[in-house]
Parts: sequence; C-alpha cells; structure tokens
Amino acid sequence: MLDWLSARVRGIGSPLVDALIKLGFGFRFFSAVFWHSGTTFRRFNLIIREVYFTGVLSLVIILVSGLFVGMVLGLQGYDTLQRFGASEALGVLVSLSLLRELGPVVAGLLFASRAGSAITAEIGLMKATEQLAAMEMMAVDPLARVVAPRFWAGVLSMPILAALFSAMGILGGYLVGVVLIGVDAGSFWAQMQSQVDFYNDIGNGLIKSLVFGVAVSMIAVFEGFDAPPTAEGVSGATTRTVVTSSLAILGLDFILTAFMFRGV
Amino acid sequence: MPLSTTFVSADPLVVIDNVTFAYDTRTILKGISLTIPKGKVVAIMGGSGCGKTTLLRLIGGQVKPSKGQLQVAGKVVHELDSDGLYALRRKMGMLFQFGALFTDMSVFDNVAFQMREHTDLPESMIHDLVLMKLHAVGLRGAAKLMPSELSGGMARRVALARAIALDPMLMMYDEPFAGLDPISLGVVGQLIRKLNDALGATSILVTHDVVESLQIVDYIYFVSEGAIVAEGTPDEIRASAEPFVRQFVGGLPDGPVPFQYPAKSYAEELMGLQNA
Repeated sequence: MLDWLSARVRGIGSPLVDALIKLGFGFRFFSAVFWHSGTTFRRFNLIIREVYFTGVLSLVIILVSGLFVGMVLGLQGYDTLQRFGASEALGVLVSLSLLRELGPVVAGLLFASRAGSAITAEIGLMKATEQLAAMEMMAVDPLARVVAPRFWAGVLSMPILAALFSAMGILGGYLVGVVLIGVDAGSFWAQMQSQVDFYNDIGNGLIKSLVFGVAVSMIAVFEGFDAPPTAEGVSGATTRTVVTSSLAILGLDFILTAFMFRGV
Repeated sequence: MPLSTTFVSADPLVVIDNVTFAYDTRTILKGISLTIPKGKVVAIMGGSGCGKTTLLRLIGGQVKPSKGQLQVAGKVVHELDSDGLYALRRKMGMLFQFGALFTDMSVFDNVAFQMREHTDLPESMIHDLVLMKLHAVGLRGAAKLMPSELSGGMARRVALARAIALDPMLMMYDEPFAGLDPISLGVVGQLIRKLNDALGATSILVTHDVVESLQIVDYIYFVSEGAIVAEGTPDEIRASAEPFVRQFVGGLPDGPVPFQYPAKSYAEELMGLQNA
C-alpha cells in the first residue's frame, strides 16, 4: 500500500519537478539572451541576415494568405452586411477585422509554422551536429552569435509581416467587394478612413503582433536550444514550437483584446 | 605507474590531478590523473564510452569535475569565470569528431570565423591567412565550397584548418580518424603531427585507432572504466605485456575488457527460459 502510494506521489511529483526545472532553465536562458542582446545589436548585420531568413522568406506565405483571407472576408462580409442594407460598410468590416484580429493572429500563426519551426530546427540541428559546442570552444558565445540575432529578427519581423498581411487582406477585400461585387469604391475607402482609428486599431494591432513576435521567437529559440541532440529530439522540439506558439498566440490574443478594446 | 618518467616530468601544459566526473549518478571518470607536456602529441585511447571525450570536455571547460583539479597553462579551468574561460579557449583549438563545420557558411568563411570574431584584422589580411591555413591542409582550391559539398576527409581537414586559425597553444582532437578511408586517415594523421610541430603547439588526440596513433604520437595513455590503466611511448606500448594493452593493440575480442556485457550465468538464463 505504502509502495503504491509513494509511486503515485512520485508519478505526480516527477513531472512537476521536471516542469519547474525547465521553467527555471527557461528563465535563465532568456535572462542570458537579453544580457547578450547588447553585443548582438552592436553587430546589427547579424540581425539583418536573420530578418531575411525569418521575415523576407515568410513573405510569400504571408502575402498570399492575407490576400485570400481578405477575399473571404469580402465575400462573407458583403453577404451579411447587405441583409441590413449596410454593404457600404464592407471596407470598415474588412479593415477592422484584419487590423485588430486576423492580421496579427493569422500572421502570427503562419509565422510560428514557417519561421518559428525553421528557427527551432536550425538551432536544434546546430546543437546535434556539435556546431554550438564548436562555437563555444572557439570562445564565441552561441547565445550572442546564434540565439539573440534570431530572437530579435523574429521580434522585428513579426509586426511588419502582420502589417503586410492586413494590407494584402484589405486589397483582397477591395478586389472582391468593389471589383467583383460592385460595392462603391468611394464608400469602401471613405468609411474605412473615417472609422479606423490609428491608435486604437492600427496601433493596438501592431502591439499585438509585437507581443506575438516576442512569444513565438522566445519559444522557437528556447525549444531549439533545449532540444535533445537527436533526430527525434529535433523533430519533437519543432512540433512543440508550432503547438506552443499557436496556443500562446491565441491565449495572449484574448488577454490583449480584453485590455485593449474593453472601453471601445 | 608511468613507464616513461622523463616524459611526465617534462614542462606540463595540462595537468589532470585525481579528477572524478559523473553525469548524474553515472560515474565516468574515477580519480584520473595525467600530464600533457608542452610541445608533445599525446593520445588518450580506450574503448567506446570509457570517458575519453569527457576528458576533452573537461579540459575545454565545457563540463566541471565533481572532484579533483584540472589545470591548463597554470590555470585551474573549472575555477575560471566566464571571461577567463573564454580567454583560455582562444588559445585552444578543437577538432570535433565529424568536423562540426558551420553548414550555412562556405569553407572560407568557416576558417575565417574566429579571425572575424576575435581580431580586428582587415579583410584582405584575413583572406590571405585563410588561404594559408587552407593551403596547409591541402584544400586552398576548396575555399568556395559549402560543407555539404565536401567528403568526410575533406570536412575533417577544413575543420582542422579552422581549429588552427588563431595558432592555438593546445589542440584537441576528438576521434580525428573515425570513418576515414585509409588515404584520408594517413593525410589527417600526418597533418596533426606536422601542424603540431610547425605551430609549436601541444596536441591531445582522443582515439581508438591504434595503428595510426602509434606512428604520430609521443606518448599514449590508456583509459578503461574511468581510470588510466597503462601509459607509455609508442615503443613501450608495442613492447608492453600489460593485458589491457595487449588486448587493445592486438584487437583481441576477449580479455580484461570482456566480450560479454555483464549478465547472469548463460546456463541459468537458458534453463530459466525453458522452465518459464
């Protein structure tokens, strides 16, 4: 009986201790990344190079997805609005949906899948093939040379990608609403101009995307650095990056929305 | 007991004194002591998993000993702070088992990496130095290739050029001969010897390639179960009657290192199966 009980307690306690150890390691890891960020920013070319890999190479998926999401919004929005005789408000519906929610969230999810997983896989493989150990032995800190540039590149790329996603979405909404269905172009743009607030809508959307960028980049670099140096370990870390990032984006979106738009 | 007392009493660069090391509860090194004199090429040999690579990691400060003391160039490695450790590592070079080349950089950029990170040399001078290093390993013509375009032997030589980029005082080689064809193996072996002498460096080879090592090293330590079980110059090793050395050098399947993994009596297990 006592053995059974102690096995049960161990069964609960062991994962808890593991989780606490990982949490502690994560905290120390991010403290070290921020500590080394000064060095990284002094060599801004390292960040620019990573912005190319995380941001520029994500452009195709972001722009194409943005266009289609905007086109779908145009169709669905028109279908609903015309029932209330408010089809001229299509521009407002499309733009607010994209700027406040869909732009940051969908761009964040795509960024996690495309760039986040790539960052994790790259760092994980560098660890598995002893490239990080080699760097350490050459007296070069991998946190400053490998991790921090990728982290900051993700943070910088994400708001730009979200803004481009929203812009393409609005273009998609315009193409469907105005060009295809025949909503008045003047109303489409004029209502958007009068109803969209720069600080409340565009600004808050950008803040959201920045927060998502920090979350996804943190998760991606941490999972890569913490990955067991095996094929299975790297694949598991990559999966965890996508799953954890997606959940973090959706959870953070709710919290941020609750704070940002409660009085609007 | 050391067979060659003049060797171990020479001016030491690395002194490992009664070092014990364990991963969690698994003890890898059990009070190991050895000395690496300046200017020599020393091999550390032993079976897989006996703690050879761990010794290199201890010397490089990547892990810390549980007990004992480890000195490199008079500095106790595990007592150094981060800056001190990095300063010491700038004087070390390490060749990893599979090269560990940076796969997103060309051969040229791999060799130039340390020069760009640690010096303010102009790019024109780095260009010349990199070509000199690559020429020394016979791969000047491969400067523009990517690591994925290299054979195993070529990758090992590029990694060697990268490791000697800043003319280190101590070179460490982790299984430098593993997986190489006989020609590449001979080339890498000769390069290790020649570069050590040309740079005036000290080299530590962790390997289980007996034939090649006996040709190029000055001294050999044999490690088994986390302790030094034999040592000597290549001639002393060839003439040694020590059972472990005989088994290792002769490649005998059974001896002090048993062929069978520890298990219950064979007959007992078979009978147990029959009765089950």
